[in-house]
Amino acid sequence: MSVEKKIRVLAAKPGLDGHDRGIKVVASALMDAGMEVIYTGLRQTPRQIVEAAVQEDVDVIALSILSGAHDYLFPKVMELLKEKGVQDILVIGGGIIPDEDVPALKACGIAEIFGPGTNTQDIVGFIKAGLRR
Amino acid sequence: MADKIDIDSLASAFGKWSNSVESKLSKNPERKKEFLNASGIPVHRLYTPVHTQGLDYLTDVGFPGAYPFTRGVQPTMYRGRHWTMRQYAGFGNAEESNRRYKFLLEQGQTGLSVAFDLPTQIGYDSDHDMAMGEVGKVGVAISSLRDMETLFDGIPLDQVSTSMTINSPAAVLLAMYLAVAEKQGVSPEQLRGTIQNDILKEYSSRGTYIFPPKPSMRIVTDIFAFCSEKVPQWNSISISGYHIREAGSTAVQEIAFTLANGIAYVEAALQAGLDIDAFGPRISFFFNAHLDFFEEVAKYRAARCLWANIMKERFKAKDPRSMMIRFHTQTAGCTLTAQQPKNNIVRVAFQALAAVLGGTQSLHTNSMDEALCLPSEEAVQVALRSQQIIAYETGVSDTVDPIGGSYYVEELTHEIYDRAEAYIKKIDEMGGAAAAIEKGFVQREIQDSAYHYQREIERGERVVVGLNRFHVQEEKPKGLLRVDPAVRLSQIEKLKKLKSQRDQRLVTGALSELKNAAEGKDNLMGPILRAVRAYATLGEICDTLRQVFGEYRQVNTLGR
Repeated sequence: MSVEKKIRVLAAKPGLDGHDRGIKVVASALMDAGMEVIYTGLRQTPRQIVEAAVQEDVDVIALSILSGAHDYLFPKVMELLKEKGVQDILVIGGGIIPDEDVPALKACGIAEIFGPGTNTQDIVGFIKAGLRR
Repeated sequence: MADKIDIDSLASAFGKWSNSVESKLSKNPERKKEFLNASGIPVHRLYTPVHTQGLDYLTDVGFPGAYPFTRGVQPTMYRGRHWTMRQYAGFGNAEESNRRYKFLLEQGQTGLSVAFDLPTQIGYDSDHDMAMGEVGKVGVAISSLRDMETLFDGIPLDQVSTSMTINSPAAVLLAMYLAVAEKQGVSPEQLRGTIQNDILKEYSSRGTYIFPPKPSMRIVTDIFAFCSEKVPQWNSISISGYHIREAGSTAVQEIAFTLANGIAYVEAALQAGLDIDAFGPRISFFFNAHLDFFEEVAKYRAARCLWANIMKERFKAKDPRSMMIRFHTQTAGCTLTAQQPKNNIVRVAFQALAAVLGGTQSLHTNSMDEALCLPSEEAVQVALRSQQIIAYETGVSDTVDPIGGSYYVEELTHEIYDRAEAYIKKIDEMGGAAAAIEKGFVQREIQDSAYHYQREIERGERVVVGLNRFHVQEEKPKGLLRVDPAVRLSQIEKLKKLKSQRDQRLVTGALSELKNAAEGKDNLMGPILRAVRAYATLGEICDTLRQVFGEYRQVNTLGR
């Protein structure tokens, strides 16, 4: 391979939560790491996110919620991806997400959950490793 | 300042001292080559009267309770009365939140502060599709006057002051509060409290906007006009730097962007024909208490002095009360760590102390578990106790502005003032705060600061105890507070019942009257009050306004 294709990431804010400091910081770090980031902006429905992901042909969806609605909205995104037959997008999540909620989120197909205090380089590393598999 | 010292001989003595210190630095070096605070302001080794010689005590500092209010807005400050201890609370349904309020009042809290859930804040009833997963999560779900009646059941509204964090639908929630008071036999003149009603920072930092800026500003000024006439003790706005700071700004940016928003509201109100001294005294503010202790103290002092100047010189206010920044403070949620959460108690205590030394009028102290979940009752109690310890045990409230006169703090106050003023000038040149937000300038400034801060942590230049230094292996926390998902279902049931019981003709009539008012120029508060009394729901009222005003779409500021 001569030129490596840039990793494309959809950074998404599902639901009504307005906290976008985290997703913007992560998006900036991913861009600095050479990835292309498309940011949805606030208040996206799971359907809008899945449609944008397909349309933009992304490799990764990074979801962020701090309002506690992850228990409904994250699985909904995964369900719609399945419905569309999408299997090759790596989905990760972040926000204020209690540890005890993580197993259920992983069971529905979210690859990893990054909580408060995460080093952005860990997210970069996780994405690169996840896409090599 | 005016110390009886010969500045020239002091400057020369200070020069000698500095030279002698620097000559020994190669042997005993300092921890860093340059000390900068989070706003990028250089912090010197030592502050002396040489550093404050440009300040004039009477014009720049003055006396508490008098222009320019640098030392505080009341002459006796906490010698008269302590600040109001006001914990932001609300979750689940109105019944649960009502119990939490009664618990807090029993614990000695002196004011209420209502947190609404996101659907309520964005004008959706609990049964709306967009509310799925969010009902009762970050606050209490209020869809109609009936919920509001439950929320304040058994709490006499003439005896508490209530702050409501509500912006886009502020007019509706204020109307509901007035209607509950009415039913308790309490008149609007007796009511004390605050609605946030600060839409501009929603576009730049907090995200619970509904309508575009223009009609939103009209709602804001309609509320100003209504309150100054009918609810004279009510703060009709709380112009908030808190969320700007939480979104990642520096202290200087927090002050600058908040006061720039303040200028935009005053201009809008003047354009709507209001008198500056009719609404000026009811403008209140809301700031963050972050980690850099002295910078925070200086920030509040600078904000007071700068706003006083803006109101007096730019807007020609005559009433000194129009020039005062009265403000609420909340400790910085973004500084809490999920790692070793008990350390947060200490962070919060220092932040709260900075707010008190900065002269706050009311205070919320965060709970130690807020980086993990909604605060548990035990965590809230410790947070409230931290305020009570500052008030009753430390003695800091026994004299006014005890930190005033510190060479460092006075110089830093001045520095923050100058830097914030320069930002405001830049925003003026862009056409004011609304235009600067529309262009994405404010958002970019904030997100750049946030990223810079994060990079400092990741490079280890900024130490976060328990996170990038001094970490330990810990057990996963247990017993976190969770909101029962059944809250949404019970809310849906309540809405069904309400809609079958109310007089539908009254609702339809009130909503069509509201639509006409929105299309015209009449003050919206009257029609909204009538709709609320007829038990029109929050969603119905906001949908009516959506039809006329449309909805706002966010500017994308990511990417270079």
